[in-house]
Amino acid sequence: MEHKTISGRRKAYGGVMRVLMLFSVAVTCALALFLIGYVLCKGVPNLSWELLSTKPSYLSGTIGILPDILNTLYVVIATLIIVLPLGVGAAIYLSEYAGSKRLVAVIEYAAETLSGIPSIIYGLVGMLFFCQFLNMKTSLLAGSLTLVIMNLPTVMRTTQESLKTVPQSYREGAFGLGAGKWRVVRTVVLPGCVDGVVTGCILSVGRILGETAALLYTAGFAHALYGFFDGLQNAGATLTVALYVYAKEQGEFEVAFAIASILMVLALLINLAASLTGKYFKKRRSL
Amino acid sequence: MKSRKRLLENTVHGIFLILGLITVGSVLLITVYLVISGIPAIREIGLVKFLFGKTWDSSAAEPQFGILPFILTSVYGTAGAILLGVPVGFFTAVYLAKAAPTRLKSVVSQAVSLLAGIPSVVYGLVGMLVLVPGIRKVFHVADGASLLAAILVLAVMILPSIIKVSVTALESVPREYEDASLALGATPTETWFRVSVPAAKSGIAAAVVLGVGRAIGEAMAVMMVAGNVANLPSLFQSVRFLTTAVASEMAYAGAGLQRQALFSIALVLFLFIMLINATLNFFLKRSKEG
Repeated sequence: MEHKTISGRRKAYGGVMRVLMLFSVAVTCALALFLIGYVLCKGVPNLSWELLSTKPSYLSGTIGILPDILNTLYVVIATLIIVLPLGVGAAIYLSEYAGSKRLVAVIEYAAETLSGIPSIIYGLVGMLFFCQFLNMKTSLLAGSLTLVIMNLPTVMRTTQESLKTVPQSYREGAFGLGAGKWRVVRTVVLPGCVDGVVTGCILSVGRILGETAALLYTAGFAHALYGFFDGLQNAGATLTVALYVYAKEQGEFEVAFAIASILMVLALLINLAASLTGKYFKKRRSL
Repeated sequence: MKSRKRLLENTVHGIFLILGLITVGSVLLITVYLVISGIPAIREIGLVKFLFGKTWDSSAAEPQFGILPFILTSVYGTAGAILLGVPVGFFTAVYLAKAAPTRLKSVVSQAVSLLAGIPSVVYGLVGMLVLVPGIRKVFHVADGASLLAAILVLAVMILPSIIKVSVTALESVPREYEDASLALGATPTETWFRVSVPAAKSGIAAAVVLGVGRAIGEAMAVMMVAGNVANLPSLFQSVRFLTTAVASEMAYAGAGLQRQALFSIALVLFLFIMLINATLNFFLKRSKEG
C-alpha cells in the first residue's frame, strides 16, 4: 500500500540515485582490489632473497635493495624520535598551558597550513634550509628533519585528541592535592597521551613510508650500505625514492614492482594496525 | 625552595611554549624561504612575462621562462581530476554514511583507507605501465604519457580524501532532520539526497577543496605519467605541471636564473595552495558552525 502512494517519478529518482551509489562504491572497491592485485602479482614473483639482502653491484650487474630498506628504516626511526617529543609537547602546550585563545588559534592555523602544503615544497625548502643553510648536505638526516616538519601536525592533532579524553577532574584532583603544574602534566596528562602518540606514530610511519617528493632532493638517491649513525650523515634512497629511480630513470620495472609490492604490504599492515589500535582504544575508553 | 619550584615551573612552561611555536616557526620559515628565493627570478624576468609567457625553454641559448603552460596544465589537470573524482567520491560517501549495511561499510572503508595509504610512486608506476600504454592503444596516439593519464591518476588519488571528509560531514547531520523527513513521507533515498546532503554541504564542499589541494600538489605520480614536456595543455599531449616543473629540473639546474626560476614556480604553487587552504578553512569553519 505504501508503495502505491509514491509516484513513478519519485521511484525513478530513487532508483537512479541507488544505481549511481552502487556504481560508485563498485568503482572504488574495484580500484582498490585491482591496485593490490596488480602490484602484488607483478611484484611478488620478482622478490628474491638476493634482491632483499644485497646492495646494487655494477661489477656483476645485479640490483639489491638492502640499502634502500635500511635507509627507509633509519628515516622512519630518526623522524619519529624527533617528531614525537615536538608534537606531543606542542599538543600539551595547547591543551594545558596556553592562556591566550588567540595564540592557540594561530598555532592551530599554522598546523592546518602545514598539513596542506604539498610535499614537493617541503622538499624544496628542506633542501634550501637543511641541506644548504645548515650545511647538512644531501643526507638522510636532512630528509628526516624535512619529514619532521611534515608530520608535526599529525602527531600534534592525534595527541590533542587523546588529551581531550583525560577528565578535567583528574587534573583538579591532582592540583587539589598540592601538585604543581609540571607534576600534574607529568603524572596525569602525559599518561593520557599514549593513545594519541601510538596513533600519531602509525599515521606518521605510513606517511614517511609513502613519501618521495620531499626526500628526492633532501635525502638523495644513493644506494650505499651504512650503519644508523653513518647512514644519517650520508645520502641514501628510501624504498619509494628507489622505486621512482628504478622505474623512471633506469627502466628496471621488475625491481620497481618488487619494491611496490613491499610498499603495498606495508601499507596494508599500517592500515590494519591503525584500525586495530583504533578499536582497542575505543573499547578501553568506553570501559 | 619555593623560588626553585617556581623557576622549574617557569622553565617547563617556557619549553612547552617553544614546542608549541614550532609549527608557527615552520610555516614562517617555509614562507620566508620561498618568497626570498622566488622573488629574484620574477624580478629579472618580469612578473607578466613570467606568469603569462607561453614558452618555457630554460636551457636554450636565449632561455625563455614563461610558466603559463604549467599554470594552465595544473588548473586543467586538477579540474579534470575533480570532474571525475568528485561524483564517484560523493556517491560512495553517501552510500557509506547512510545506506551501507555495517559489514559492507567496514569492508569499503578499508578499501578507501588502503587507497589513501598507497604511496604516490606506486600510483605512478601502475599508471606508467597500465594507463599510458592503454591510452596509446585506445586513442591511437603516439605517446600515452599525457594530460589525460595524469587526470585519471589524480582522480583516483583524490578519491579517499573526498570520501573520508564527506562521510564525516554526512555522519554528523543530526538524526532528527532525517527522521522528520522520513516521517513526512519521503523515501530513505530522497531523505539522504534532499535532506542529509544539503545539511552537510559545507563539509562536502571542504572535501572537494581538499581534493583540489591534493591534486594540485601531487608531484611524483604526475611526473611518472604526464610526459613532462612544457606544452600548453591538451588532453593527449605530454604536459608539465607546476609541481613537476619544479621537480624535474631541480636535479640538473645549475646556479643562476634557471635554478632561481624553479623557486619562483614553487612560490606560485605555494600561493595557489595558500588560497586553497584559506577556502578550505572557510568551509570547515562553516560546517562546524552549521
